[in-house]
This record gives sequence, structure tokens and C-alpha cells, in this order.
Amino acid sequence: MALQAIAFYLLAAVTIGAGLLVVTARNPVHSVLFLICAFFSAAGLFVMLGAEFLAMLLVVVYVGAVAVLFLFVVMMLDVDFSALRAGFVRYLPIGGLVALILVVEIVAVSASVASHGAAAGAAVLTPSHDITNAEAIGRVLYTDYVYFFQAAGLVLLVAMIGAIVLTLRHRAGVRRQNIAAQVARTPATGMRIVQIKSGEGLSE
Amino acid sequence: MNAFLLQYLPIVIFFGLAAALGVGFIIAAAVLAPKSPDPEKTSAYECGFNAFDDARMKFDVRFYLVSILFIIFDLEVAFLFPWAVSLMKLPHAAQVFSFWSMMCFLGVLTVGFIYEWKKGALEWE
Repeated sequence: MALQAIAFYLLAAVTIGAGLLVVTARNPVHSVLFLICAFFSAAGLFVMLGAEFLAMLLVVVYVGAVAVLFLFVVMMLDVDFSALRAGFVRYLPIGGLVALILVVEIVAVSASVASHGAAAGAAVLTPSHDITNAEAIGRVLYTDYVYFFQAAGLVLLVAMIGAIVLTLRHRAGVRRQNIAAQVARTPATGMRIVQIKSGEGLSE
Repeated sequence: MNAFLLQYLPIVIFFGLAAALGVGFIIAAAVLAPKSPDPEKTSAYECGFNAFDDARMKFDVRFYLVSILFIIFDLEVAFLFPWAVSLMKLPHAAQVFSFWSMMCFLGVLTVGFIYEWKKGALEWE
């Protein structure tokens, strides 16, 4: 039990520390690397809770894909590192306000869950040892929580269409290989026999 | 609970070994390697001529598009895992419902897939 507590506090401290460094690091690339560290520690916290499937999902999706996406975005921005910090004081009030609202919301939700206010009506799944984590999710996600599941599908669809609409630009004048046209070429369409009179050239 | 967490002991040991190895190499390089830095030695090297500019150049936005499309289908597959594990163990009515709810989900994403295919988002040019 003591070892478990040590592991929890270590992971929690690393998560919070890495989270702080994400917002304070001067170099955005370092911020993204600290974010990966925070994701890893959060995955460790999920494992401590017994939520193995979510932990592995966090590693695969967030560390594997989202972090790479963030790195692309950071590289794409062509950041001027000193200019990026200049707006810090200017944006402090609005940023602080957003953070304050989030803190109030988190405290409110935690307090109501702790007093079984909000979660009292919901059927809370107790962790069981004879079924795996993924199976426990699968039992309820596609039947009891079908609307949330379909909403997730729609959110993914919107994300897909949004990304395409925002970033896809076809360049004019790009020559592509058209394999069908290449294969369909015959001697009749591919070459032409010309009779040239002596003394004249071929004007073309 | 402790027995469950003990399954993760090899991973913890592996992480510890990886960290020790990484830190060990950095320390070894700092302590053992000969160092006599020089502006020419530490500058970026390009074969035959002086470096044109910084290595921190802008990436093409299409890399971003490819990676966000990858994440979306990554998540779609992540939703398939619990479904595949639990489907055959549900009672029959729930099984049918669960099957069609997943088909509906896949159908929605297939609409998006057809859209991106027709738009040419998967072609590199």
C-alpha cells in the first residue's frame, strides 16, 4: 500500500510539474515534449486506477498521434520565440479568468461527485476482476451510451471535414501521372508518320 | 489490487533501465569525451558550402492534414477494440443493437472517408 501511495504521488507530481513546464517553457518544441511527459504520467495514473484500456489508449492516441500533430503545428508556425513571449502580460487577465472558471468547475464537479450528488442516479460500474477493462467498456458503450457513441462519431466526422476544408489547397499546374491514359496509348495515338518534302522542314 | 499492479513491475523496471542508460550515456559523454569547442566546429554543417539558413524551416501544411486524418481513423479503431471484445458476450438483443450501433458509427465515418477521397486529400501531388 505504501508503495502504491509513493507511485501515485510520484506520478501526480510529475504530471503537475510537466504541465507547469508546458506553459512556462520558452521553446514551444520543449513544451510539446513536456506535454508528452504529462501524458505518460497520466497514463500511469490510469493504470493505478485499474483503467488499463484507457491508459494504453492515452499512450497510443495522445503520445503516438496527438503529440506528433502538435509537433507539426509548432514546426509549421515558424515561431519567433521572443515575439511569442511578448504577449504574456497582455493575455494574463483573460487567461487567468479562463483558468479560474475551469478551477471553479472542477471543484464543483468533484465536490458533487464526492457527495454522490450528481453521480447518485447513474449506475456506477464497479471494477471487477473476472472481466477485462476493454470488455467492461464494451458492455455499456454501444448499448446504454449509444447516443454519446454516435455523437463521438459525428465529432470525428466534423473534425475530418473541418481539417480538409481548412488546409486542403490544390495547386494549379501540377502534372500528375495518369496511369490509365498511359496504358491506353496505342501506336495510333502515340505516334504519327509525316512525309516531309525535301528542302522543307517540319513546322510545329 | 497490488497483485494487479505488480503485473506492471517489468514495465517500471524497463523504464528505470532506459532512463539509467540514457542518463549514463549523457554523463559519460560529458565526462569522458574530449572537448575543444570552436565556432566552426559547432556550427551547422552542410556539405561543401556555408549553411544557407536556419534548420527551423516551415513545414508544409499537408503534413498536418495527413496526421489529423490519421488520428481520426486511429480513434475509430480504438472504438472497435472494446466492441470486438464484448460483442459476443452480450445478450442477444443487446448484441444486435450493439452491432448496428457500430455499423452506424462506421457508416458516418465512411461518409467522411469518401468525402476526403473524392476531395483528393489522400493524394500528395
